[in-house]
Amino acid sequence: MPVDEIANLGASAWRNACVGACTDGARIASLVGLRASKAEISVLAVLVDDGQGKVGLCRTRLERDPISHSFAMQSLTPELPEAQAFERALLEDYGVHPIGHPWPKPLRRHDSLERRAGRSDVAAPHPFFEVRGEGIHEVAVGPVHAGVIEPGHFRFQCDGETVLHLEIQLGYQSRGAEALFLRSSAARRLLLAECIAGDTSVGHATAYCMNEEALAGTDVPLSGLALRGIALELERLANHTGDLGALCGDVGYLPGAAYFGRLRGEFLNVTMALSGSRMGRGFVIPGGVRFNVPPADRALLIERITRAERDLRDSADLALESSAVAARFEETGKIPQQVAEELGLVGPVARASECDRDVRRDHPRGIYRFAHVPTAIAPGGDVMARALVRWVEIQRSLTFVKEQIASRLESPVVEPVRERTPRSVCVSLVEGWRGEIAHVAVTDDSGDYAAYRIVDPSFHNWFGLTMALRDCPISDFPLCNKSFNLSYAGHDL
Amino acid sequence: MSSLWLTRLRQGHRTSAFPATVDPLPERFRGRPSLDEARCDSGCTACADACPTQAISISPLRLDTGACVFCPVCEERCPTGAIHFGGDHRLAARHRSDLVHDSREGVLASALGATMRRVFGRSLKLRQVSAGGCGACEAELNALGNVVFDLSRFGIDFVASPRHADGIVITGPVTDNMEFALRETYAAVPPPKIVIAVGACAITGGPYAGADRVRGCVPDDIPVDLYVPGCPPHPLTTLDGILRLLGRIDPRTP
Repeated sequence: MPVDEIANLGASAWRNACVGACTDGARIASLVGLRASKAEISVLAVLVDDGQGKVGLCRTRLERDPISHSFAMQSLTPELPEAQAFERALLEDYGVHPIGHPWPKPLRRHDSLERRAGRSDVAAPHPFFEVRGEGIHEVAVGPVHAGVIEPGHFRFQCDGETVLHLEIQLGYQSRGAEALFLRSSAARRLLLAECIAGDTSVGHATAYCMNEEALAGTDVPLSGLALRGIALELERLANHTGDLGALCGDVGYLPGAAYFGRLRGEFLNVTMALSGSRMGRGFVIPGGVRFNVPPADRALLIERITRAERDLRDSADLALESSAVAARFEETGKIPQQVAEELGLVGPVARASECDRDVRRDHPRGIYRFAHVPTAIAPGGDVMARALVRWVEIQRSLTFVKEQIASRLESPVVEPVRERTPRSVCVSLVEGWRGEIAHVAVTDDSGDYAAYRIVDPSFHNWFGLTMALRDCPISDFPLCNKSFNLSYAGHDL
Repeated sequence: MSSLWLTRLRQGHRTSAFPATVDPLPERFRGRPSLDEARCDSGCTACADACPTQAISISPLRLDTGACVFCPVCEERCPTGAIHFGGDHRLAARHRSDLVHDSREGVLASALGATMRRVFGRSLKLRQVSAGGCGACEAELNALGNVVFDLSRFGIDFVASPRHADGIVITGPVTDNMEFALRETYAAVPPPKIVIAVGACAITGGPYAGADRVRGCVPDDIPVDLYVPGCPPHPLTTLDGILRLLGRIDPRTP
C-alpha cells in the first residue's frame, strides 16, 4: 500500500494502538525505523492478527530532542514483552531510546570487540544481568561453542545446578545484512536473502521475492507457486528431521540420531535434484522459480520421498516410544502457553505451547491459498511437545509435497517482474520451518528500496529459550537449545 | 526390542564407498566450472555483469571459485555457452590463485609435505569456528558426520576444544565481533597446525563482501592450507579436499 496512506499517529495514540491491538489478539511482526531526515524518524509497527488473518500498519513520527539530541519513545515492553528485542534493535540502529524498557542493552553490538576491530562508534559497555547471594555462581559459554555451530554467548546465573536466569548475548554473527541489502543489485539481494539464515534459504528467498512481485504487481504462475511450496516444505522436512536426530543424539539415543541424520540428507538430496543445491539455492527467483520438475522425473521423486517416509515412520515410532527418550524429553524446558503468548513466540516452538498460529493457514499466500496444510498443535510446552509438533508437521508436509509433485506442474513457472511501485510499503509473511519470516519493504520516489527490514523467526524465539531454562538443571541446556534450534545469523543479520 | 532390530535391518547399510567410488550427483548440480574463451563474442560482458559477487573477469575469461556462489546466472546469461558448471564435485585447492579458473584445465588440491602427512595423515582433529557464516556451511560440515559421509572412518573428527585440535576450519566472512575469538581459537591450537577455509565467505567474503561489519575473509596472519569453494560446498567437495590434503586420494585418480 502507499506509504502516505499509513495512519500517522501521535506518540501516545500510536502506543495505545499497538498495546490495544496486541491485547485483542494481535502480535508484533516487526518494528521498522524509517529515517525521514536527521532530525526526524518514523517508527512503523507491523501488527499481525492471526485469528482475523489481518496485517495492520501504523506509524508515529519522532523528533530529535533539541537538548539531549536523541530520539525517545515510551517503551512498549512493560505491557508487551514481545517488543523487547525490537526496541533494543531500534535503539542501536536508529538511536531511539525506549523509556521504561527494563533491559535496553545492545542486541548485536559489542563495544570491546568492535574497538578491537577498529570501529569506535559504539555504545558504552553493558554488564550482564547478575544474581547475587550465597552459593550463586555464574557459568559463561561461548561465543565459540563445542560443536559445529554458529557463535553466541550464554551467561547462566545458577544456584547449584539450577538455572535462575540465562542471558543470551548475540551479535557475533552481525554482518550488516540490511544495510548491504539496500545498496545491492537485484541479483545480489536475492543471494543475500538466501544467506540470511543458510538453513532457511528457500523461506527467506520466498519472502523477498513476494515483496518484489507485490510491489511490481506481478502474478506468479500457479505451477511456480506450487514449486515454491514444494521447496519450502522440503526445507521444513530436512530441518525438522535433522532436529529430531539432534534431539535423539543429545539424550544418547544413537539409533535415532543416525537414522534421522541420514534421512535429513535424503530431503536435502531431493532438494538438490530439484534445484542443483542441497539448500535450494538459486531455485526461488522473482516472478516464480528457476526450474520445473521434468514430467519424467515426477514418479521417481515421489517414490524416493515415499521410501524416506517409510524409514522416517520406523525411526519416529522407535524414538518417540522409547522410555529412555520420553524420560528426558517430558517435563524438560517447559514454556506455559501464557508465557509463549506474551513473548510472541512463533513456529513449532509456539505451537508446542498451544499457541495456535501458522502463517500458512492464517495469512495464506501462494500455493497455500489453494492447498491447505493442517496446523499441528501440541500441549505441554516441553521438549517432548516440540518434538511431537515437528513429527506431525513432517507427516503433513510429506503429504503436501507428494500431492503437489503429482499435480499439473505446467510451464511456464516464472513471469517477468515489472518495475516496483514508488512510495509503497509491502509486508511479506512466510511460515518458514522455524516459524514466521517477515520482510518489510518500503520504496522511495523512484521505486528503489528506502528501507528493508528482515525478521527471522529466531528473533522472536531466542527469549523463549531463556524462559525455558528457568529453574531447569543447567545440564538440560543442550537439550532445550536443540528443541529450539534457532538461527544466530538470522537474528544478527 | 524386536522393532529395534527390524528397523535396523530395514535402514540397511548407508555409508558411501567414497573415495573408492563416487555416487553420481544430479544433473542440475553445479560443480566445477569449465570455461571456453574461444566461444566468447568480442566485447561481450554479459556473464561478468550478471555475477552477484563479481567472480568473473573478461579477456582473459576467468572465474574465481573463491568468490563464486555457484548460482547459474552467468551460465544462463552467456549467449555462446562459454561457461558451464559441470557435475564434478572436486573444487578444493591449496593456493588462492588455483581457485581462479580459466579456459585451461585447473589444478586439484595437492598433499601436505611428508612430515605433516606423517603427523596428520591417519588422525586429524579439527576445531570449527563460524565467524559470520549463515549456517549453511556449518550444516554441510555437520553433514560430514552423518552415516553417509562418516568422516570418522578416515580418522578425522571435529573436537570441542582447540587445545585438542590439529587445526581449525573457518566459515563465514569474519565479522568484526568474531575476529578476536577466531584469533584466540587459532592461537590455542598447538603447532604444527593447519587451517581450512570453507565457503565463499571465508575466502572472499562471498555474498557479504563489502558489508559494513565484516572483515571479508580469513586474515593474512592465519595462513590457509586448504580452500574449499562453494556456497555452501557440497560435503563431498570438503571431504575430497581434506583427503587430498592428507595424501589419502591418489592425485592421479580422476
